[in-house]
Amino acid sequence: MLEIQGINAFYGQAQVLQDISFQVGAGEVVALLGRNGAGKSTTMKTLMGMVNSTAGDIRFQGTPIKALPTHRICQMGLGYVPEDRRIFSDLTVLENLEVGKQKPRDGAPVWEAEKLFELFPNLKERKNNAGGQMSGGEQQMLSIARTLMGNPRAILLDEPSEGIAPVIVEQMAKTIQALKKEGLAVLLSEQNLHFAKLVSDRAVIIEKGEVRYQGTIRELEEKPEIRDAYLAV
Amino acid sequence: MGFYLAQFLTGLASASSLFLVASGLSIIFGVTRIVNFAHGSFFMLGAYLAYTFVQILPQGIFGFWGAILVASLAVGLIGVLIEMTLFRRIYRAPELFQLVATFGVVLVIQDLTLWLWGPEDQFGPRAPGLEGAVRIMGEPIPEYDILLIFFGPAVLLGIWLLFNKTRWGTLVRAATQDREMVGALGVNQSWLFTSVFFVGSFLAGLGGAIQLPREAANLLMDLNVIGEAFVVVVIGGMGSVPGAFLASVLIGELNAFGILIFPEITLVLAFLVMAVVLVVRPWGLLGRPDVVLRGSAGPAEGPLQPFTSTARLVLFGGLVLLLAAPLILGDFEIVLLTDVLIFILFAVSLHLIMGPGGMVSFGHAAYFGLGAYGAALAVKYLGVNMLGGMVLAPVAAGLGALVFGWFCVRLSGVYLAMLTLAAAQITWSVAFQWQDVTGGDDGILGVWPAEWVSGKAAYYYVTLTLVGCGLFFIRRLIFSPFGFSLRAGRDSPLRVEAIGINLKTQQWIGFVVAGLFAGLAGGLYVYSKGSVFPDELAISRSVDGLVMVLLGGIQSLIGPIVGAVSFIVLEDLVTRLDYWRIIFGSIILFIVIVAPEGLAGFARRFLPQKLAGRDLMGGGGA
Amino acid sequence: MSLLVVRVLAKAFGGVQAVKDVSFHLEAGEMLALIGPNGAGKSTCFNMLNGQLAADKGSVLFDGRELIGQRPRDIWRLGVGRTFQITATFASMTVRENVQMALLSHHGELFSFWRRASHRHGAEADRLLDRVGMLHQADRACGVLAYGDLKRLELAVALANGPRLLLMDEPTAGMAPKERVALMELVAGIAKEEQVSVLFTEHDMDVVFAHSDRLMVLNRGEIIATGSADDIRSNDLVKEVYLGGGTTFDTGREMKSHA
Repeated sequence: MLEIQGINAFYGQAQVLQDISFQVGAGEVVALLGRNGAGKSTTMKTLMGMVNSTAGDIRFQGTPIKALPTHRICQMGLGYVPEDRRIFSDLTVLENLEVGKQKPRDGAPVWEAEKLFELFPNLKERKNNAGGQMSGGEQQMLSIARTLMGNPRAILLDEPSEGIAPVIVEQMAKTIQALKKEGLAVLLSEQNLHFAKLVSDRAVIIEKGEVRYQGTIRELEEKPEIRDAYLAV
Repeated sequence: MGFYLAQFLTGLASASSLFLVASGLSIIFGVTRIVNFAHGSFFMLGAYLAYTFVQILPQGIFGFWGAILVASLAVGLIGVLIEMTLFRRIYRAPELFQLVATFGVVLVIQDLTLWLWGPEDQFGPRAPGLEGAVRIMGEPIPEYDILLIFFGPAVLLGIWLLFNKTRWGTLVRAATQDREMVGALGVNQSWLFTSVFFVGSFLAGLGGAIQLPREAANLLMDLNVIGEAFVVVVIGGMGSVPGAFLASVLIGELNAFGILIFPEITLVLAFLVMAVVLVVRPWGLLGRPDVVLRGSAGPAEGPLQPFTSTARLVLFGGLVLLLAAPLILGDFEIVLLTDVLIFILFAVSLHLIMGPGGMVSFGHAAYFGLGAYGAALAVKYLGVNMLGGMVLAPVAAGLGALVFGWFCVRLSGVYLAMLTLAAAQITWSVAFQWQDVTGGDDGILGVWPAEWVSGKAAYYYVTLTLVGCGLFFIRRLIFSPFGFSLRAGRDSPLRVEAIGINLKTQQWIGFVVAGLFAGLAGGLYVYSKGSVFPDELAISRSVDGLVMVLLGGIQSLIGPIVGAVSFIVLEDLVTRLDYWRIIFGSIILFIVIVAPEGLAGFARRFLPQKLAGRDLMGGGGA
Repeated sequence: MSLLVVRVLAKAFGGVQAVKDVSFHLEAGEMLALIGPNGAGKSTCFNMLNGQLAADKGSVLFDGRELIGQRPRDIWRLGVGRTFQITATFASMTVRENVQMALLSHHGELFSFWRRASHRHGAEADRLLDRVGMLHQADRACGVLAYGDLKRLELAVALANGPRLLLMDEPTAGMAPKERVALMELVAGIAKEEQVSVLFTEHDMDVVFAHSDRLMVLNRGEIIATGSADDIRSNDLVKEVYLGGGTTFDTGREMKSHA
């Protein structure tokens, strides 16, 4: 579904990504692990065209997307849920969803507000409330729901568990499993290894802008030395 | 009674046109975060284009209203053209730099209008079918005014529906908060921005066009209306359209009744009200506190560095050249060089509060002018000698800064900038309208230096000494604990408070120090010219300062110096030409696009490391 | 008497009771964690303690002095240091200058207009930087530091006036697991050695269980449980409103087996 081949990225003079390659298949959840500043968020922003890659290739369903502007990439069915949620705080929950809305897409689940409210019951109760009045956990749900309104085929989740109560993180895990069942490809960046283990099939570990490890989550569990070297709980 | 009602209705009618301009400005600012000085130019174009189309289209009701509609649409398209060719290139540039670009557009449009329509005022026709007046309580009210009174609320309703009941409106409101995120949700931001620019410019054009039957199209419309539009937008709250409506009515009525009650201070009234509103409600009537107008231009500023030995050498060489200048150059060049020095001090004093202080001032001319007027008035009424005048100049400016600064530092971002503008307009209005004391438009003449410095070269040396001392002091100040506290407050107000610093006090002192030196520059200026006029306090003088600081580069002290030198020399060269504004404006636009980090930053890219100093941002450490 | 005594602190926003009669105390050298779901009132509580928010009622006694009604800058001068959820540092200064700035304020030199700021209190700044392991980066620009280093710098700044209480709002937010542990070990060390009390809010349960002497759980503005890590872990109400089934963090025993 999503193929990343040898991408680079720079902030000014500093190289923040170096020759990153990995893939995400349909119905697969891949966890992008690594410490803060390792390049996880930058990788996601590069996939979305928000940061330019000077080398390599990014393909989404076989089509090169590296040179496309962000909104075109999104319109092809690649959804993005940013770090810090970035809810439109003045807009109501329904209006937030409206901004994310796109036409139905072949081969991707079609979402509407009502269907999303089944997945996130909290949002239904508050559908006419302003986004800024919601708690952090609710905003995270809304941010995911808003992206789903675009009927994506694949979705990038940047640190969805950061700053969220454990009880909500558990709900989030169920949501991700539900999305996987719908056939979505999910790329998840995480610091919380416990959470990553709950939901993902494979792991990609990034350190200083380079991929240091790729494998199934089960393999990673069996290799404490890798965990200690790059993640070190 | 009837008279007051008539006056009230006139106020409402003017409010409508003002509201159209201000709402467009507010909408454009909300989404693009551009403080668009050129918005007044769109208003002016609306009036001129309506004048032309009324003549082209067949006479009658349809022709008249058709002309207004076509003119407004044309202005909307001009807005789109400017957005696509210019602003699209600089959305990523710092907000203040965009402001300079909009000022370049103002200059270009001024001269284009002059070229196309000539210098005479152009009188439009009356609206067909609405030439008469109706009598209300015995007073004649023009029918056209009655129509305008309904026009404003109708447009307000239209804008509200557009923003709250359409998908486009939802997207625009979302983009107002987080434009990048809107793009990441599949919305083409470029077209959203362009469409917003179209709506905003259309409204400005419409405001100008419907004003045509009431006011002749003229070349001063642009800056006159932009001042008022800023006031309205700020009183209403940046980005709030209903706020803009409320504020337009307030200002419209204030003008209508102010002229009856205080005819001698009409110009000050609007700005006084704005100052009062901002002190009571720091974000305007219906605004929000989230409007940031960062002082920094370009990438994150690095730590301060002392002069390298090479830089000291260059500095010393420069000083020797400046000292030797009168031996080499003629009188004409020495006068120009004196001007350059004076404006270097002015720009550097502005840089002190904008750069290290992080407070953007749109009204620094107030302190330059207060210095100049302080000295001139002291000469005229007290008969002080030049030494006295040179002392009184900074004192007068410092006192002004003490008063205005107390209010200004209570605000931040674009509101602070607007309050400084209001302060400057207040001083300008006083100088302009208080004829008995200030001589009004005729200014104060005959302020000449003492005998011993009456020669051009002698006065140049006086200027060089005072400006040199001023620069040295300001540089020391920036490196001192006080200067550090200013920069700390700019970087993180939260942290500054959490380490026991009263930021407002530090900023207030910074404001006063900047005022003192601007006043000194003003004092030097008045003695070099022998006279002073209200122009020294006007918006355009403040903008000159802004352009110098921003064109030069806000990140270091060399920036405003480079900026002032280039500005004064360039201005001296081009103002001799016809249509110099179009040339000057184009140069500004060119620099903005080519060197968004400012001239000094641009040059630094090509300078050897030895001169530029160690690169602390890159290497070193772990 | 306890270093910090909070009594019936309350705050409402437009009819919503954000904090309801919260009372607790904190001993010298103790590390107290304040946890709870988003929107439980943790930040509101914190901001009343540090003076950013006016309390509706209640009292906060720090070493016998009332903090309610004082401004943040005055509370700092009494000896309360703070770190923020999102680091608040001076990006345009070097690491050392950041600490020097706090020292200049501490020594009352803010109105000096002539001396060079960077020549003042350098040794004292270096000592503080050494304390948090940042001395080797003292000359770097703050704007280029890695996030974990910024957090440590912030800690050094917060320690500049020798505070007796540190208020840390989500001290490890945005950090990698390894850095989180390192930072909290550093804080715990300072707390023990210098008898500095620490009150912190945190979402990372691994950090909370490993580094707090005591925990307090806030829900809907009220304290629903106080106690040791084991007490809190086994509290049914806390599990229901906050911790959940314990699948997304270490359960304590597992943690020790790794170490």
